[in-house]
Amino acid sequence: MRNHTFFVMQKVIIIEDLTKRFEDITAIDHLTLEVPKGELFGLLGPNGAGKTTTINVLCGILAPTSGKVMVGGYNVFTEPRKVKSLIGVCPQDTAVYDYLTGRENIEFFGHLYNLPQETLARNSADLLQKMELTDHQNRRVSKYSGGMRRRINLAMALVHSPEIAFLDEPTVAMDPQSRHAVWDFIREQKSQGKTIILTTHYMEEAEELCDRVGIIDYGRLIAFGSPAELRQKYNAENLEDVFIQLTGRRIREAV
Amino acid sequence: MNSERMLAFTRKNLKQIVREPASLFLVILFPVVLTLVFGISFGGIGGEQSAVYDIGVVTLDAGTYPVWALTFVDALDSTEILIIRRYETLEAAQNDLIQGSVKAVLVIPERFGESCTSFVQAPENPALWVESTVDLFLDSGSMFATQAIPPIIQQVLTTLIAGEQPTVQLPVHLGIPSLVEAESLTVFDYFTPGIFAFAVIFLTMIVAQTFTVDREKGLLRRINTTPASPFEVILGYTISNMGLAVIQVAVVFAMAFLVGYSTPAGLPGLFFAFVIVMVFALCSVGFGLITASIAKTPGAATGISFVFIVPQMFLGTFVSVGLSSVAQTAGKFVPSYYVTDALTSLLLRGAPVTSQTVVLDFVVVTAVSIGVLMVGALAFRRYGNT
Repeated sequence: MRNHTFFVMQKVIIIEDLTKRFEDITAIDHLTLEVPKGELFGLLGPNGAGKTTTINVLCGILAPTSGKVMVGGYNVFTEPRKVKSLIGVCPQDTAVYDYLTGRENIEFFGHLYNLPQETLARNSADLLQKMELTDHQNRRVSKYSGGMRRRINLAMALVHSPEIAFLDEPTVAMDPQSRHAVWDFIREQKSQGKTIILTTHYMEEAEELCDRVGIIDYGRLIAFGSPAELRQKYNAENLEDVFIQLTGRRIREAV
Repeated sequence: MNSERMLAFTRKNLKQIVREPASLFLVILFPVVLTLVFGISFGGIGGEQSAVYDIGVVTLDAGTYPVWALTFVDALDSTEILIIRRYETLEAAQNDLIQGSVKAVLVIPERFGESCTSFVQAPENPALWVESTVDLFLDSGSMFATQAIPPIIQQVLTTLIAGEQPTVQLPVHLGIPSLVEAESLTVFDYFTPGIFAFAVIFLTMIVAQTFTVDREKGLLRRINTTPASPFEVILGYTISNMGLAVIQVAVVFAMAFLVGYSTPAGLPGLFFAFVIVMVFALCSVGFGLITASIAKTPGAATGISFVFIVPQMFLGTFVSVGLSSVAQTAGKFVPSYYVTDALTSLLLRGAPVTSQTVVLDFVVVTAVSIGVLMVGALAFRRYGNT
């Protein structure tokens, strides 16, 4: 059953004191966060900061070490299937079937959500058009360019028009045109009332799209607010300066 | 369980087989080529020819009833599959066997005639029989000869002593009993039951590959973010692979008949043979799931799948006859042995579907297949799904 907070406060995502450890590594360290319905929330952080782990916990594919996670009013770990029917997940690494065409990839995932054939056909055509892949819909994905693969990867996540979308670095390695097309698409999704959690390395992208951002480092939330609030608080010209101030200049690699 | 999801998985996996040449080769073309090559090499395609084997015969029986030995040798000669060379001594015959001049040496024992006569005089009273053993030495370098010759000799021996009446006991022993219609069969006919089982064994590798590739690409993780349950995922993949097995076995069956395979089995026997192979396909899917649970990468999956494929191939299919007695005993611990045994009874011996051997083999294959599939599904859900 959906919890009280969801109906009264419209908090779509509630993370309370979430910790996730992998043996001796703490990927998420006592994270607490709330995201209201319809917000486009940016999760920022250096490599290995815990962004993808957080997304994986929110999607129910990683169990937390401790803490509580509610998505769409449901507890992720006691009612995972209800959560999974509400969410759409675009993974960081493109996860597509190379031997299927672009359309077939989208439709396969639509079938997993039991979409009626008519809805599936309409949604698929709409997504292909918005991702500018209509002309390539019947080509196998193995023949796609890197940017086309990433766009299909994103379309597959949204074929069922989910209430909540988790987009894990959806524009990484895209050329500027493709990136701006995807930005327009994400804005359109938000305008439809969808709640979107976006992780990105591109501060410009976060500044452009996000209502609020959370910067995490070493699994901890170290800054939280709208891009404007953070710029003001840290007396910075842009979000990238805020990011550098908080996380330092040292190059890090994911563990 | 959701039928739309099952169908989606099935369609997707079938597209993979059709569109990825490597999968298509392993699943369809490899067994087809194997059947074709065996059929052309050892079957009746292109004419009526059968394989012919030279065998040496040494008669030690010079006792009261020498006519039995003479009749036996004449009967062997009349099979048109065996060409008989008579030797005075065992040493001379074995020397030719070592040189490869003959494929087998048959030694008719001293009391052979006495033994046969004792059966004729008291066919239903084994207590009065004089026991004897016909020794058979086979060319271990000729896998095909070791496969084909013993059942032919057994058949001739049985017909000689007991006539057309099938009998379970005789005073003369050969060691490898088999009731077959020797005159009309080719080596390919002997091999085909094992080839049918062989074809399905490689499904293990396909299943393991499919799962590990999908896992490596993050697709299983992605599917886990959808409402599809792990059970539906595994069942979806199992159904699609079973669909694949149906196509595979149907094609191999068709190809076998196309290249001259003949069997005394009627439609019920053929249908039941198909059913047994399908049940065995479940076992291969189960082994594939176990492999995918253990293997971290598709490369490792290929290697590990051979741990399940090779013993089944060598100990339980057409390859197994001619191996050592230890290996043949070990064969009883692999499910493919029971598949081949059932198919041999059905397709080679013309045994009815309800015969004890066929029913027992079917029960073993079914129980093992369900067990392996369940273990595979549980292991994959626990260790291999993400």
